[in-house]
Amino acid sequence: MAANVRSFEAIKKERFKDENCPTPTSEEQMKVEESVEQLFDLFSKMVEIDLDAPTLLRIHHAAFLKKSLTYLPNAYQCLDASRPWLCYWILHSLELLDETLVSEDISKIAQFLGKCQSPEGGFAGGPGQFPHLAPTYAAVNALCTLGTEEAYNIIDREKLQKFLWSVRSPEGAFQMHPGGEVDIRGVYCALAVARLTNIYTDALFDNSANWIVSCQTYEGGFSGSPGMEAHGGYAFCGLAALSLLGKEQLCDIKSFLRWIVNRQMRFEGGFQGRTNKLVDGCYSFWQGGAFPLLHRILTQQDPSAVSMERWLFHQEALQEYILICCQNSSGGLVDKPTKPRDIYHTCYTLSGLSVAQHFVHGKANIVGNPNNELAPIHPVYNVGLEAALNALQYFQQLPVPQTQPS
Amino acid sequence: MAEADSSSEELYDEGNWVFYKYRVDWNDVVPVPQDDGPYPIVAIAYSEKFRDIYDYFRAILKSCEKSERALQLTKDALDLNPANYTVWQYRREILKHLNKDLIPELQYVKEMIEENPKNYQVWHHRRVIVEWLQDPSYELNLTETILSQDAKNYHAWQHRQWVIRTFKLFNNELEYVEQLLDDDIRNNSAWNQRYFVINNTTGFTKEVIDRELEFTLNKIKKVTNNESAWNYLRGVLLHHTGGISQDPAVKKMCEELYLSGNRSPFLLAFLVDMCEEKIERADGDMNDSLQHAVQLCDVLANEYDTIRKEYWNYVARSLSQRMNSSEDEATGSMKTE
Repeated sequence: MAANVRSFEAIKKERFKDENCPTPTSEEQMKVEESVEQLFDLFSKMVEIDLDAPTLLRIHHAAFLKKSLTYLPNAYQCLDASRPWLCYWILHSLELLDETLVSEDISKIAQFLGKCQSPEGGFAGGPGQFPHLAPTYAAVNALCTLGTEEAYNIIDREKLQKFLWSVRSPEGAFQMHPGGEVDIRGVYCALAVARLTNIYTDALFDNSANWIVSCQTYEGGFSGSPGMEAHGGYAFCGLAALSLLGKEQLCDIKSFLRWIVNRQMRFEGGFQGRTNKLVDGCYSFWQGGAFPLLHRILTQQDPSAVSMERWLFHQEALQEYILICCQNSSGGLVDKPTKPRDIYHTCYTLSGLSVAQHFVHGKANIVGNPNNELAPIHPVYNVGLEAALNALQYFQQLPVPQTQPS
Repeated sequence: MAEADSSSEELYDEGNWVFYKYRVDWNDVVPVPQDDGPYPIVAIAYSEKFRDIYDYFRAILKSCEKSERALQLTKDALDLNPANYTVWQYRREILKHLNKDLIPELQYVKEMIEENPKNYQVWHHRRVIVEWLQDPSYELNLTETILSQDAKNYHAWQHRQWVIRTFKLFNNELEYVEQLLDDDIRNNSAWNQRYFVINNTTGFTKEVIDRELEFTLNKIKKVTNNESAWNYLRGVLLHHTGGISQDPAVKKMCEELYLSGNRSPFLLAFLVDMCEEKIERADGDMNDSLQHAVQLCDVLANEYDTIRKEYWNYVARSLSQRMNSSEDEATGSMKTE
């Protein structure tokens, strides 16, 4: 058996036990475990012939992504208001795979993202649409991933700051767009672009930390809005946003940690988004990506207790789930076995894989083929580490705009 | 009126669909193609119908036309992409401008929610219409319909919480939650809703805490591996003056479960936290508590919860070190005295 892989015989005891009380939750869980177990069994046989298994299907994934960069089938019509997201998911995935683009293509993508920028500031889901915080975050991340001066200069920083003012609520929360919904994604997207492009001001985020903390639930994770259930995507937004404010200590880190470690599935190895829900490859990042943030916070609080070798989740088990259960054999990655591939899941499973492979100070922990190693990420932005540092450095040289709420 | 409220999809059924560019009543409008720039980047293979409808949508957006026919057009556009927030936002502007009757709009958005229950925009539109009407009377029913198909639908719960909080509709919510927990004791959204109701009504008074502890302990005894119930137990005990380690009923249940041979990782984790709290409160022999906690962490890491090995090793180290440093402090202060 290959090094670094869990014993699949030993983990059979981790299968779900319904204690003679079957409910919809337990039935769905057992079905998923069944499909995962089939893949684990298949893998156990395969690894006897291929000692390097599991292998990341780099070439297939890169081909799927590169094709998607120019052409997307009709089924993507429902993402017509998320085109900067499509760019970001593809560019970030390619970056993780160490795939480079020719400078001509980089310029074309930057120009297209420029077409998505609104005359009022911020970016829209596509050319001619209204500006919205989510595609704004995606476009800024995509442009920083491209990393050329042309790409950086697409961003109208003064207008971007004005746009952020226009969606700020009096409590320090953010609407996704003028007239749109308020949830914790808003404050994270706003903070991420503000910090990355150096347009952050204290006034713009006055009281935001308190609003974010009001989304922490009795379970320990964060919810989309106060009162709701703790959820992986929102938990990442909450912790990353507090990190961007430097106010992590305002939330209950201990209960957050307890909640998030329990989201890793004992049998599947991947993460679920909420208590008693099913594993999903995308939470490899939304949950897994919070661990580097936690590591930094805990190292400040309690340096001698924190491991200097590993994050506080089972990095090998997550890599196994992604490599064995989430790869589509023709390229692209998926939520769970039997699900179709898509660009979103490709991006976030790969991002999670990168987190599971890399610890601080360049310490790598690669399951399977040594060529599986991906590029490291900056966990707060989920942009490649190098690209994030370059962008931060570039924008740091520019003055912070001082626009006021209108 | 009936005509104005039906989408043009109904006027032109699939076989008879007429593109906007061929419609006589639209021939005064010049369609606006999407400006993607010179290069195809993430270019979606739009259907001809999609392209046609959105070319006309861009045209009315550009001319700021807020008319009946523009309202129809937004419906056709949303049929093809219900996630287009620009179309929804513009639709709301038209509704306002025309001072439309909002009751048919409620019916329309209900149908859209039923077709797209996991879409942010449909639920937000619903919320705005309910805000405008200041009438929440259909909302509990609607969310119950959606939750009957997927009892954990996040959007439905978020909408329901907003309605309940805004219009003070807490009255029968605990019964609803109990019914959902009877259907599925592992439904974490229902547990969360239970907390939400209590937190926003009675609060966790002594009586409520006792009642909730009894409720939760019974559920844990039924399914000891149900994390939702254990998490809720911790939630209730956040409000208990005795923390998690002092309540006699909780202590009794944990002891009985453990002695009966139960090794649910949630039980063991809870016992670890009880030990930790006893140490913090200087309750009982601190060394005994520490030893017990470290032993529990050890069996969790190596036997009952191996996926969380790193975490349990960290908890054990963290506890031991805190204890050592507090002993150092204690001996230090004794020396200075």
